[in-house]
Amino acid sequence: MRKILVSLLFLLFGTSAYADCNIKSGSINILANDFPALRTFVETSKQCKGSADFKVTHSSEHNKIAVPALTANPSEFSARIAANSSIVPLMNQDLIRPLDDLVKKYGKGIQDSQLITIDGKVMAVAFMANTQHLYYREDILKDMGIAVPTTYEEVVAASEKIRASGKMKYPYAAAYKAGWNLAEEFVNMFIGHGGEFFKAGSAQPNINNAKGVATLNMLKKLSELSNPDYLTHDSEAIKVEWESGNVALMTLWASRSGTLLDDEGDAKITAATKLTGPATVGGGNIPAATLWWDGFTLAKNRSDADAEATFRALAHAASNKKMVADAADQAVWLVEGFVPGPKSIGVIEAVKMGAKPYPMLPQMGLMHGALGSEIVEFLQGKESAEQALKDVEAAYISKAKEQGFL
Amino acid sequence: MPNKTFFWFFLPTGLAMILFIGLPIISTGIQSFYAQHDQVVKEVKKCDPFGCTVSIVVDNEETTKIRDAKPLGKFNGFGTYIDRNHLAVDEIKKFWNETESFGAFVDQVTNLPFYKALIFTLTYCLFVTPNVLLLGFIIALSLNAVARKIRGPLIFGTILPMIVTPLVGSLVLFWMIDSQGIIGANIQNLMNDPYLSLKSSKTLTWITIIIYGIWHHSPFAFVVFYAALQTVPQEPIEAAIIDGASRLQRIKHIVLPHIYPVVTFVALISLMDNFRVFEPIIGFSAEGSAQSLSWLIYDNLVNEEVILFGSAAATSMMTIIGIAILLAPVLIRTWKEFKTAR
Repeated sequence: MRKILVSLLFLLFGTSAYADCNIKSGSINILANDFPALRTFVETSKQCKGSADFKVTHSSEHNKIAVPALTANPSEFSARIAANSSIVPLMNQDLIRPLDDLVKKYGKGIQDSQLITIDGKVMAVAFMANTQHLYYREDILKDMGIAVPTTYEEVVAASEKIRASGKMKYPYAAAYKAGWNLAEEFVNMFIGHGGEFFKAGSAQPNINNAKGVATLNMLKKLSELSNPDYLTHDSEAIKVEWESGNVALMTLWASRSGTLLDDEGDAKITAATKLTGPATVGGGNIPAATLWWDGFTLAKNRSDADAEATFRALAHAASNKKMVADAADQAVWLVEGFVPGPKSIGVIEAVKMGAKPYPMLPQMGLMHGALGSEIVEFLQGKESAEQALKDVEAAYISKAKEQGFL
Repeated sequence: MPNKTFFWFFLPTGLAMILFIGLPIISTGIQSFYAQHDQVVKEVKKCDPFGCTVSIVVDNEETTKIRDAKPLGKFNGFGTYIDRNHLAVDEIKKFWNETESFGAFVDQVTNLPFYKALIFTLTYCLFVTPNVLLLGFIIALSLNAVARKIRGPLIFGTILPMIVTPLVGSLVLFWMIDSQGIIGANIQNLMNDPYLSLKSSKTLTWITIIIYGIWHHSPFAFVVFYAALQTVPQEPIEAAIIDGASRLQRIKHIVLPHIYPVVTFVALISLMDNFRVFEPIIGFSAEGSAQSLSWLIYDNLVNEEVILFGSAAATSMMTIIGIAILLAPVLIRTWKEFKTAR
């Protein structure tokens, strides 16, 4: 009788033993941005928590809390899900730990291509890729006899044609909200023009040139084809514009395609929503877009036991074939076993076209911040492009001096 | 009250004020004189899923050594105060020498972030404060004249704008003035201009925020004035009526002089509040068109991935000085009255 009971218990719990990664102690506390793919990722790692404490904070304000929370000793979070840009302040302040030992010991299913190495040390493990690319309304373009645009010049021409036909007042949309979003659009467009943000080998700014002017002029043309409130529109706002059928062409993050193409909202618009790669600009051959990865990093100011427990749980998700198969719609996973679906077109095209990753430089955050506030007046028509770029450089230089980069 | 009693009475509050207001201000002041150490960077190979590049990172070992030796940072004196993002002394000198007309000079100066923010902050103060006083006074007078029965519900309705959280209040208005919102769309129809947007025009954004400010702050003035009106003695008013004084004359010669100290008090508090205008800028997503001093501090602390403590501290100190300057005339006047009263 006892034997039967034991084997029954084994049968019952045997299946879940696969998910339990046998973590005996430690506490896990994760800070992450808030979008569906990251929620899936963290949920998957939770299955592996064993008897460890497990907490997670999903917040779109993650950038604002990360540095203070990880500076504390012991730090509030044992892990931070970061991206190309948000790993930089953590590196600058020396707040994250190298993962080489842990990868060797517990990182069995993690592919080498997922490892972010800096100076030979593994500092993060990436699990998904992201970029901004074009979305278009197939029905509208077909009606008007417009080919799917591949350059921003074609996007402008197509939008003007749609506006002239009277079908839509504001046919184009992109996240131009003053601040981080607007600066990100500048970064994309500037890289598309072949620009480099800093003079080679220094932190001196290098944007006040013909490429910078061309970038601003293109942004302005596009903004004139957008809803006049564009300076207040973030990704979520333009998603709503799209779902209301006000927009025919849009530049948006790949990670948003999941919610754009779900069953909610007007079925006709959803059916006509199609994805394509990012556009090029100014005759360049690399796309006007930046590639992003999302990956996990571990806090330095936390005990080794917590770091180990956290790594094992997160590594379980970062090598989970079942997760990438079940959630293939939510993101372009970098995990082994991922089969790209129709929603991954944007990122895959961007990689094929040779898109560049977002620059992972210590002073890039300051440049991004200066761009977000200083180019607004140009878009409002209050300032020349040269003056706006001069302002950006001056604002950046003051900040970089205060931070000791210049 | 004898001085000794007053001292013991005030001690707990005084201690709390020193601890939670005085010391942080001193610490902010000290911080504003320091900048970060020079960054030690090194070239390394970075690899990510998209390939490998050679680029720079901060050399943490070296940085830690320097930081441990001098944890406050590099002494910068008034360096942060006079840099381009604050008082911009060098830039202003340059503009003065280079520009040909005074108008061009003003244009250049108002393009600097600190002055841009200062101008918005002052404009906001100068429009909102008097209007709040006036509107609050008019509402208080009218409500005081209304039949007692309906006064309760009316007062409640009047102070609603103050009860609504500033962020929620501004968001409601923000959606109404959207180009597809009830106010925004109607204005487009009225003006017959489909590209008109309250949110993208700088002037219209300023006007919206100022109107919101008046709407939000008036109830405070009203409540205080209404309370003060209850203390106005009836005899002189009745005497004035018998003498044939009109309603306006009665207000001018009896009511206003009586509640004058309260008016000063409300003016002081509103000026202080308005100088620190912040929530409506976030609520209206108006960062592009309107920046206040408080918003600059916020921007330095949270909007950048690199936190600029020195900049934020310098702006904070200048905000405090700004408030002191604004309040000075009222404070001096109160002090003089206090002295003559004794």
